Amino acid sequence: MTALSESGLRRLWHGLPWALALLVYFTGGGYLGLGTHALVMILFALSLDLALGQAGIITMGHAAFFGIGAYAAGIFASHLSADPLLGLAAATLAASLFGLLSGAFILHTAGVTLMMLTLAVSALLAEFANQAHGLTGGDDGLQLGRMAPLLGLFGFDLWGKTAYLYALAVLFLWSLAAWRIMRSPFGRSLDGIRQNPRRMRAIGTPVWRRLVVAYGLSAAMAGSAGALEAQTTRSVGLGALSVLTSGTVLVMLVLGGTRRSYGAFLGATVYVVVQDFAAEIDPFRWMFVIGLLLMAVVLIFENGLTGLGDAARRALAGLPRRSGRP
Amino acid sequence: MTQPALAVHGLSKRFGSLVVAQAIELDLARGARTGLIGPNGAGKTTLVNLLTGTLRADAGTIMLDGRPIDALTPEARVRRGIVRTHQINTLLDETTVCDNVAIAVAERDGIAWRLLRFARRWRACIDEARSRLAELGIAHAVERRVSELPYGEQRLLEIAIALALRPRVLLLDEPAAGVPSLEAHAIHAALDRLPGDISVLMIEHDMDLVFRFAREIVVLAQGRVLARGSPAEIAADRQVRAVYLGRSAS
Repeated sequence: MTALSESGLRRLWHGLPWALALLVYFTGGGYLGLGTHALVMILFALSLDLALGQAGIITMGHAAFFGIGAYAAGIFASHLSADPLLGLAAATLAASLFGLLSGAFILHTAGVTLMMLTLAVSALLAEFANQAHGLTGGDDGLQLGRMAPLLGLFGFDLWGKTAYLYALAVLFLWSLAAWRIMRSPFGRSLDGIRQNPRRMRAIGTPVWRRLVVAYGLSAAMAGSAGALEAQTTRSVGLGALSVLTSGTVLVMLVLGGTRRSYGAFLGATVYVVVQDFAAEIDPFRWMFVIGLLLMAVVLIFENGLTGLGDAARRALAGLPRRSGRP
Repeated sequence: MTQPALAVHGLSKRFGSLVVAQAIELDLARGARTGLIGPNGAGKTTLVNLLTGTLRADAGTIMLDGRPIDALTPEARVRRGIVRTHQINTLLDETTVCDNVAIAVAERDGIAWRLLRFARRWRACIDEARSRLAELGIAHAVERRVSELPYGEQRLLEIAIALALRPRVLLLDEPAAGVPSLEAHAIHAALDRLPGDISVLMIEHDMDLVFRFAREIVVLAQGRVLARGSPAEIAADRQVRAVYLGRSAS
C-alpha cells in the first residue's frame, strides 16, 4: 500500500507542471503570449540539457539551432506553405541536419576548444543571416504571414490561445522523447561520456559518433523551439541566432538544474517570469535581477532550483520514511 | 599449429629520438597468464597503449586471433576483444556500481544505440551486471555510487567491467596497485578465478603478485624485450637481476 501511494504521488508530481500549464491557459488572459514564449524557451532549454547536461557537450552556440529552426519556419511559411506542422517539421529537420553536420566537424574536440568552436559556428551563421538579405531579411528580419489553421481545424486567434496549446503540445511530445532518451541505453552512454570519455572508449563506445547523434537530436529539439517561436510571434529576427540567446538559454538551464526531469521547465519559466516583472518595474536594469537570482541559486543550491525541491522533499519525506521502515 | 590469441611482431615506436618500443616480439597463447615487468621507463605502458591503439606504432604488426588489428581504432579493438583495465581510476563516479557494468554490457551487445524499445534488453544488462558483481563478491554494493566505494572494491569493479566485455585478451595494468593489503586478497582471488580461455597480460610492479599469478614473464627494458621465460627462469636470470639491482642501487 505504501508503494502504491508512493508511485501515485510520483505520477501526481509528474502531472503537476502540465496541470499548471493548462491552468495558465484558462486563467492566463493577457499573459498567454508570455506563456507561449516560456513554453518555447522550456523546449529550447530542454534541448540544451540533452547536449550539455546529459552528454557534456560544452556549447555556447546553441542559438544556432534555435535560429535555424526559426528562419527555416519563416522561410517555409513565406515561400512554401502556411501549414504550421509542415513548417515545424521542415525547421526541425533543417536544424537537425545542421547539428549533425557541424557536430561531425567540431565534436572531435572537447572543453574550451569545443566551446569556442560552437561559438564560432553560431557567429558565422548569424553573420550569414545578416548578409543574406534576400533570404532572411537581414537586419529587418522576416515577418510571417498568417499561419494556416492547425490540422486544418484550429485557427490561430488574436489572443494566442491556439498558439499556446500548440506550443504546449509540441513541448509535451518532445519532453516524452527527451525523458525516454535520457533513460535509454543511449542516454546512459551519453551520461558516461560526460563523466569520463576515456572510460567509455575503454568499453568500446564510439564516442564521437554517439556525440554527433546526440548533438543532432538536441539540435532538432532546439530547431522545433525556434520554429514555434517564429510561428507564434509571426516574426524572426537576428536575435534568434545571437550569442546572447545562447547565453540566455544556458542561464535558464543552470537556473533550473541540469539533468533533471523539470530543471529546464523551472529555469525557463522563472527566467521568463522574472524578466517580465523586473522589466516592467525597470526596463533597463532587469538583467541585474536575473544576475542576482542566478548567483544566489548557483551558490546556495547544488543543482539549480530543482536542487531546492530535492532538499525540501528529503526534509518532508525523511521522517515518515524512517518511521515507516523500522 | 595452435594460433596465439595475440601475436606482436617487430612493434616499434619512437618519440623523436627516444625509442620507447623497439622491435618487440610477444605472443600470448589462448589462456596465457603472462606477466610484464621492467623498471620504470622500460616501456610497459607504451606497449599497452600500442596494443590498445591509443598510440599508433611506427612499425610492426599486432594480430588478434590471426587477423591484423593495426588499422583499428581503440574502440574497435575493444569490440574485437582487446580489453584493458586502468591503473588510475577511470570509472563513472556518479553512476551506480551496477550501471557501470550494465553500460559496458549494453555496449558489448550493441544496444547502446537504442533509443526505443530498450526496457527488456536493459533489464538483461542489469541482471548480467548484478551476477558478475556477485561473482566478484561485491553484490552488497550494486546500488551504491562508485565514489562511495572503498578503493579495493573500485579495482574489483574495474575487473568486473573488463570481464563484462568478454575479452579475448585482457591487459591488466597494475590491478592491485595502491590497494591496502587487507583488501588485496579479494583482488588476488578475482585474478585467480579469471576465465581460463582469456589470455591475460599483467603489468605489475608487485613481484610477489607477478610470480604468483604468471606462468610466463616478459621483462622489458628500454623499450625492448630483455628476457622471457617461466618465473623460475626469470628469477634466476642474471641480466634481469642486474637491471633491477642496478635500479635499486642508484
